[in-house]
Amino acid sequence: MTNWKVILGIAKTHLLTKMKSTVTASLGVTFGIGAYITLVSFMTGLNKMLDDLILNQTPHIHLYNEIEPSEKQPVALYEELRGGLNVVRSIKPKQSQTKIHNALPILNHLRNDPEVKGATPQLRAQIFYISGSIELGGNLTGIEVMEEDRLSSFSDYLIAGSPEALKNTDNGILLGAGLAETMSLDIGDRVQISTIRGDVFPLKIVGIYQSGIADIDNIQSYANLKTVQRIEGEAENYITDINVKLHNLEIAAEMARSLEKKFNIKATDIREANAQFETGTNIRNTITYAVSITLLIVAGFGIYNILNMLIYEKMKDIAILKATGFSGKDVQLIFMSQALIIGVIGGLLGLIIGFMFSRLIDQVPFETEALPTISTFPVNYQPGYYLIGITFALISTFIAGYLPSTRARKIDPVKIIRGT
Amino acid sequence: MNKVLQADQINKHFRKPVNFHVLKDISFEVKKGEFASIMGKSGSGKSTLLYILSTMDTDYEGKLYLNEELVTGKPHQELSHLRNKHIGFVFQFHYLLSEFSVMENVMLPARKLALKSDAAIEHDAMEKLEMLNIAHLAGKRASRISGGEKQRVAIARALINNPSILMGDEPTGNLDSYNAENVFQIFKRLKEEEGLSLLVVTHDYDFAKRTDRIIEMEDGRITGNSAGSAR
Repeated sequence: MTNWKVILGIAKTHLLTKMKSTVTASLGVTFGIGAYITLVSFMTGLNKMLDDLILNQTPHIHLYNEIEPSEKQPVALYEELRGGLNVVRSIKPKQSQTKIHNALPILNHLRNDPEVKGATPQLRAQIFYISGSIELGGNLTGIEVMEEDRLSSFSDYLIAGSPEALKNTDNGILLGAGLAETMSLDIGDRVQISTIRGDVFPLKIVGIYQSGIADIDNIQSYANLKTVQRIEGEAENYITDINVKLHNLEIAAEMARSLEKKFNIKATDIREANAQFETGTNIRNTITYAVSITLLIVAGFGIYNILNMLIYEKMKDIAILKATGFSGKDVQLIFMSQALIIGVIGGLLGLIIGFMFSRLIDQVPFETEALPTISTFPVNYQPGYYLIGITFALISTFIAGYLPSTRARKIDPVKIIRGT
Repeated sequence: MNKVLQADQINKHFRKPVNFHVLKDISFEVKKGEFASIMGKSGSGKSTLLYILSTMDTDYEGKLYLNEELVTGKPHQELSHLRNKHIGFVFQFHYLLSEFSVMENVMLPARKLALKSDAAIEHDAMEKLEMLNIAHLAGKRASRISGGEKQRVAIARALINNPSILMGDEPTGNLDSYNAENVFQIFKRLKEEEGLSLLVVTHDYDFAKRTDRIIEMEDGRITGNSAGSAR
């Protein structure tokens, strides 16, 4: 029996004749939603960038051979001293290699696991960079550069050169940005490196690497895995680290434990390595939502007030409508639809304004040493947030409209008509 | 002749601030095509009775029949529909929706009823306005016309759904004598030409005595039921 055409017609007339209140109420919603969209786009953009900064460079699982003392010292194995209290002073780490035993089979096993997105071998070597008479200590890591690029967007951290250049140049090196500056070297130049044993090798700079963390950039360089194996004078199965990327980050801890058991190796997962970073993300998200919800509640109160006043002004009209055959439900629908029209218009405008502000922020230059690939503020344009925004707008206007319109439904027309 | 409206043993109490018996055993009927008036002093309960008869007030004991059909105890939604279809209402104060045009005001109840197309409703509304000599006001805002005109617009609105009965609560109470006479003549014409039933509450004896029947009320009781001078 509900006649929407008539109800919406009345709602429209009310809204148009009270243009000022309508605009005020809509702007309240627009402001709330716009601020929410801007805030959430910017904050999540920033969050994602900071997460990527850590996540991309951190393998989900890191396999390596740890140098550590044996848990059982030889004395414990000695029959005659069993049962006694044996004290060993000045324990030294066990003599062993830093390479991973059976690295290639492990690598194969990992690459065939459906949960694993990819596994990359690395060889970390301590070397010296030779610049004239000065020797700078540092690390040279041998990598399979194309695989690294696929799994951890390695090329994002190259400020000059490309992964392909390294792949195609057997004696190429991707030099840390800090090192390049210290030694006044640039792409195309040659740099001499010396191993701990004293062998000197010339390498050609095919790229400059900048992680954004100065301590790393001052010591770290990358070369092809085979090149580093050759420099170190080791065989092709000499691998010190295996980095594993998974499809699903959540199973990292569990998988690390099982790999430790299976291969008798040290495995750290990403949570262990970066426990603090998730806390930061959570706190930033909480702040974003707290501020947005506060804004929307304020907007909701605005709508509540305006509708309440409108209904107060329209008491006589409500009585008339009821006397001429509109039911309480019809009257409630008239005012509810006003609230929701305000919600929809204000909400959509809010989305547009939010989007425009996001674009604006996206244009603001943001250049920092720490983030080589970023030139403007990062903004996240995920459509889900726009959906949440408009839903928020509708829910808050619905609640703000429900209470006053229920009052309108319950108005007794006889009291109003007789009261005058 | 069939009965348009019938009240059977209606009693009403005001419970606040103290229990007060307003209407006592009211029984009467209005026949089809009859122009009846309810007379009485302020506080005699005549308006209270009218609002019960109009189905807006449902807090009473007794039985109320509209077109020989019991309406007492029906749900609000249904009562709204009955009111929309069968009862036209004219109040002492004109009670138009001031933001809407005269035309929209007149059309509103018919659009709510939604039995006809908008074009047909507009045609009907224009007819009613013409009958009341106010067709030239159709496009004006309801807040921009004079008191007498407003009352005629209210009558046009009450007539739009061709109701079974037109009820008036002091419809001339707020008008000068010229406009009051005008409204009376309109009512009389509606009865004579359209065969409409009317029930008007008034404390104006001159008005009441020219109707078909005067129902006199005092202290919540019907004290007299006399023929007027209309015929």
